[in-house]
Amino acid sequence: MIALEVLGCGPLALVQDLGRPGLAAVGVSHSGAADRRSHELANRLLANPVDQATLEITMGGFAARVHGGAVDIAVTGADAHPAADGIPFGINSIRHIRDGQIVSMGVPDSGLRSYVGVRGGIAVPPVLGSRSFDTMSGIGPRPLRSGDIVPVGPPAEAFPEVDQAPVGPISRGRVDLRVIAGPRDNWFLDPDALVCTDWLVSEHGDRVGVRLAGVPLRHRWPERQLPSEGATRGAIQVPPNGQPVILGPDHPVTGGYPVIGVVIDADTDKLAQLRPGQSVRLRWIRPRIAAATPAGW
Amino acid sequence: MDAPPLRTAIRDYGDRALLIECGTTAEVLALADALRGARLPGVTDVVPGARTVLLHLSGPSGQASVRTALAALPVSRPSALPEAGQVDLVIDVIYDGADLAEVADRVGMDPAEVVRAHTGTPWRVGFGGFAPGFAYLVGGDPRLVVPRRSEPRTRVPAGSVGLAGEFSGVYPRESPGGWQLIGHTKAVLWDIDRPQPALLAPGMWVRFHAAGTS
Repeated sequence: MIALEVLGCGPLALVQDLGRPGLAAVGVSHSGAADRRSHELANRLLANPVDQATLEITMGGFAARVHGGAVDIAVTGADAHPAADGIPFGINSIRHIRDGQIVSMGVPDSGLRSYVGVRGGIAVPPVLGSRSFDTMSGIGPRPLRSGDIVPVGPPAEAFPEVDQAPVGPISRGRVDLRVIAGPRDNWFLDPDALVCTDWLVSEHGDRVGVRLAGVPLRHRWPERQLPSEGATRGAIQVPPNGQPVILGPDHPVTGGYPVIGVVIDADTDKLAQLRPGQSVRLRWIRPRIAAATPAGW
Repeated sequence: MDAPPLRTAIRDYGDRALLIECGTTAEVLALADALRGARLPGVTDVVPGARTVLLHLSGPSGQASVRTALAALPVSRPSALPEAGQVDLVIDVIYDGADLAEVADRVGMDPAEVVRAHTGTPWRVGFGGFAPGFAYLVGGDPRLVVPRRSEPRTRVPAGSVGLAGEFSGVYPRESPGGWQLIGHTKAVLWDIDRPQPALLAPGMWVRFHAAGTS
């Protein structure tokens, strides 16, 4: 059986797939790859089903030796300068790794999370139907450590069709995110203040949420508390201090802070690549309608 | 008994979810029941809240078709008591919580009355959150409404039974917490190795039973 012997993990190396939907009512978050597009690209390059598990590497530093045979791998997401036995190879491409060779990564110049896909997928046992590690609840395979032996699954019958995928570089500058206003935009004195300013990504971000710093948003009813309601990734919650938090894949399933707007699904993958200190501009994707007239059934 | 659909607001929640507003938690539970039973195409998760139901959708273009399906969804009337008076689960509690005396003080009862109130009426599993296996229990004795502790505890043991606002709940694992603790149970609220890891499923009726005071 082919396996990866982990030699180095960097700050955080996790197994992720597309998460465990359908369990929010018992308090289990969706979880799954933070940058799903990069995760799926790694699998597609390798002709794996898109829901097979990959390794999500935060800020590079990962290294592993291949045991038990040769295997194809693909690295996507943040370009952490991957190499095979020290010889660099490009991201977003397939690389054939021989038995005993070492795959290693440096530190990315831009972006935050790289995905290491292996033909056959990372085959650790699933928990509640998924191989994702949920950093908030601790469900799923624990973060990787040096010395771990990570099994690789049997390859799919399909064969890879392309060697390389054209993908633009991840921005180091200001990132624009498209937002749909509400459902609680009327809980703020000036909801449009969200989209009229640059926000800075604070350093206290993780898979639970990305924290933004800027001119505080003002709550209309500071004394009122919103009854807890369900949340999704991309929801922009505003705690009493007025500094927004954009929820990530490991967000709590319900929350009591009003959600001023929600980042559209396609843009939530960009959130996964934001670094502390980067600036973010939020934009309403369609005109904001005051919530006084609720839509009927 | 089928009733006309609830007339209530549905809000877009980004482009991949819908938030349905309800008047009461009982309405939330009736609607969530109907939604789970209906298995609407394109809905991947049904998330009850205190006054809302959030629907996660399978893709960014499903809101219109799910809105249409919701318009035709029959929803039973909210039930205030379990059918045939039977609860689904009895939880044995030892009422020795660190905040029992303070809770009694706040609601103007003695501790024994608090225990009688907590055990006297069935509670219903309302919604989850906070941690896997944690459930906000609703519909208990209306006299048992207390604020959260002003100073949350850094460590609350698993099995602690608490009150906060109109809710009661049991901590599924050791964690920080701000609920007023009135007792503890040996029941295991969350076990990932069980076929159903969560002891409390949404909509379930639960009764607490006093199993002693220490």
